Amino acid sequence: MNLPTGREAFEPKRPTSKDVAWCPGCGNFGIRNILISALAELGLKPSEVAIISGIGQAAKMPHYINANGYHTLHGRAIPIATGVKAANPELTVIAEGGDGDMYAEGGNHLLHAIRRNPDITVLIHDNQIYGLTKGQASPTTMIGMKTPTQPWGVFEEPFNPVALAISMNASFVARTFMGYFRESVEIIKKAIRHRGLAIVDILHPCVSFNKVNTYAWYREHTYWMDDHDPHDREAAFKRAIETDPLPLGIFYINEKPTFEESVPAYRVDKRPLWKREPKLDLVEKFFEGKKQ
Amino acid sequence: MTEFKEDVSIVLGGAAGQGIQTVEGILTYALKSSGYHVYANKEYMSRVRGGINTTEIRVSSRRVRAFVKRIDILVPFKQGVLSWVSDRLSETTVVLGERGNVEESFLEGANLVEVPLTKLALETGSQLYINTTAAGLIVGLFHGDFGAVEEYIRKRFGSKGENVVGKNIEAAKKGYELGVKLCEEGTIRVDVERDEKVREEILLSGTEAVGIGALAGGMNFLSFYPMSPSTGVSTFAAQHAEEFGIIVEQVEDEISAINMALGAWFAGARAMVSTSGGGFALMSEALSLAGMAENPIVIHLAQRPGPATGLPTRTMQGDLNLVLYAGHGDFPRIILAPGSMEEAFYLSAEAFNLADKYQVPVIILTDQYFVDTYYNLPKPELGRIKFERHIVEAKPGYRRYELTEDGISPRAVPGYGEEVVIANGNEHDEWGDITEEAELTRKMQEKRAVKKLETIRKNAPLPRLVGNEGAKYLVVSWGSTLHVVEEALEKLGRDEAALLHFSWVYPLNPEARKFFEDKTVIVVENNITGQFADLLRKELGVEVHHRVLKYDGRPFSVEEVFDALKGVVE
Repeated sequence: MNLPTGREAFEPKRPTSKDVAWCPGCGNFGIRNILISALAELGLKPSEVAIISGIGQAAKMPHYINANGYHTLHGRAIPIATGVKAANPELTVIAEGGDGDMYAEGGNHLLHAIRRNPDITVLIHDNQIYGLTKGQASPTTMIGMKTPTQPWGVFEEPFNPVALAISMNASFVARTFMGYFRESVEIIKKAIRHRGLAIVDILHPCVSFNKVNTYAWYREHTYWMDDHDPHDREAAFKRAIETDPLPLGIFYINEKPTFEESVPAYRVDKRPLWKREPKLDLVEKFFEGKKQ
Repeated sequence: MTEFKEDVSIVLGGAAGQGIQTVEGILTYALKSSGYHVYANKEYMSRVRGGINTTEIRVSSRRVRAFVKRIDILVPFKQGVLSWVSDRLSETTVVLGERGNVEESFLEGANLVEVPLTKLALETGSQLYINTTAAGLIVGLFHGDFGAVEEYIRKRFGSKGENVVGKNIEAAKKGYELGVKLCEEGTIRVDVERDEKVREEILLSGTEAVGIGALAGGMNFLSFYPMSPSTGVSTFAAQHAEEFGIIVEQVEDEISAINMALGAWFAGARAMVSTSGGGFALMSEALSLAGMAENPIVIHLAQRPGPATGLPTRTMQGDLNLVLYAGHGDFPRIILAPGSMEEAFYLSAEAFNLADKYQVPVIILTDQYFVDTYYNLPKPELGRIKFERHIVEAKPGYRRYELTEDGISPRAVPGYGEEVVIANGNEHDEWGDITEEAELTRKMQEKRAVKKLETIRKNAPLPRLVGNEGAKYLVVSWGSTLHVVEEALEKLGRDEAALLHFSWVYPLNPEARKFFEDKTVIVVENNITGQFADLLRKELGVEVHHRVLKYDGRPFSVEEVFDALKGVVE
């Protein structure tokens, strides 16, 4: 098949997919551009890609990109994406959601996905606030920020996804700020190309509800790690616990067997599961064994 | 002398970890190989060691498939067993064992036949062999085929080395000879005819029937979190994963289990989750997703008593309402409840075609009693298994949620065809994108909750009537109570009572109403409110006149159902 590739192929095409529900100036627009560029530059086709999202503004992504998509439940994108990839390893599978989706509702799934290591890419749109529910604190909101539901100011320790993932010996851990387009495209391309679970924490502003972490704030409070070896876990961890300025780039790469490589399903037969038929000869053999 | 004819009920009782399973395995296998019909079921406590667990084994000259309260031969492996089963003992119960395992209070009244099991085991070399000695003893009473005992021991202990195998065979032999001697001396007499056809049959448990049925239906993905009494099905699948080339994954929780399976179906796999009531409760959010996204899923739910943790290792048919109403919003589902091993096999296979065809959750409802029961049966016919894929290619212009007359949209999977597939848990348009439009919302609601449900309903198979069509009384069973009601009715032996069995529980075909016309309806079910009786009224407008209910965490016995039916009929 000669299918279209390039950015054009991934641009929204369906009747309502151009009606984007994000606020003007929202960081999600930038992330969509970055993702479309990354997919196009990798030479992928829409039918080869599956974007699985949870709930929230970030999770609306499958509707605004022309690729296979499944808009699921709050926090559940990772197990669903794991199932998609396991059933068809030929697909490029991306799980996408916000900081609430992935770090709060879906926190347990993230931990166990790191252990399971499916070959999927997890993109977290981290704007340090709950946008769609109108401005409550998220797991990554900074201490002291006042919100309608934390009027006394947040006092909980912010979730540090990068340090957590490295401590669990994750396969690929990166952080970027969507305001840096080219760098972000390169990181996401590497994350998609990486064999194993790739986690990318993508900082982005919420123009409606987060008045602290603005475009300017992220530029001022981040820096690129130029001299960092991502294969050095200790060095990666040291970088991960830095809080201000926040390091950007690929923190850690740990090549290890993926979930799909480890399950017996693909040892002999490489076909995706939908192409397979029941093995009635083995069922017959089982029954024969039950006679004796 | 005590004589047993045609049908003997043997109960073995001991602590968890005492090896009763081994005795059960040897006995059922050897006796079936000898041409006897066998049935076995166990009850156990929620603990790893200690307590009291019992196994009932029926050995019969005719097909037996139901639990009886009656104990003909009781083999206690520790003190406390007689007290535990005291309501099942009668004057004719023979207690076969050692005096030390019988409580003081029972010594006088019990019909104790002392057998020196410990002594015989020690003669073999260790007290550990007491189980195989006891198994040999009972096979001896039936003059069973000792070769089959040897064969079983070789299979079971083969990996532990020739010495262990040899010693166990020797121990079983000693028991066997004692059994034969007891008969020759006239202490016990067993008169059960053999049926040569049984040798060619298979022994199958409820757990295995669901597991192998799923594999026959093309299951190639199973995700689960362990929970009694459902875990056996996942264990079964895991043990066959390499051979069948399938994915079996133990995940972090039930929420992940069902979501992973939904993802797998989205990508075209045939996926199943196996759980119990508490686990299913966690899955209900994803059940709604399956309903809205029209994502197929097969769920096996082995019921145990609730609410909450209830009785973790015991039985109840108490989760029908849970699976009927779980999930928010309106969407159709299919609920199946096998009553026999054959039904469990065929229905578990068919569940996957149904899920794929109608794109709804299909729930296979069993219970602890059912999954832990096994008996001999003719080998199922694989010719009856149909594999229907129900997947289309995504061609240009493909719409995942196309509005159709019968409510069923063509389902494509990502990667098959050049068009993309968008699934969505939000209300959506025909392409799968979010909508908040009123008219479209109405159409989509109608498509799922009315049109599709009606399509399923009119294609739902009818219940099975056993007995006289003109009977005055109609006794209704669903799921695991089938055989016990069947045997109780046989025992009742009256033409005026017939059995109507439901293994397809929801939705009910309206044509099923005809079975109830002018009948006195008696529903037998293993729960406190009569959940299925209520469903009959709701679905078919049927009036249920009598509810025979049991809710102590134990299965119905043939005697209990017999007494209850007799009370109604007379």
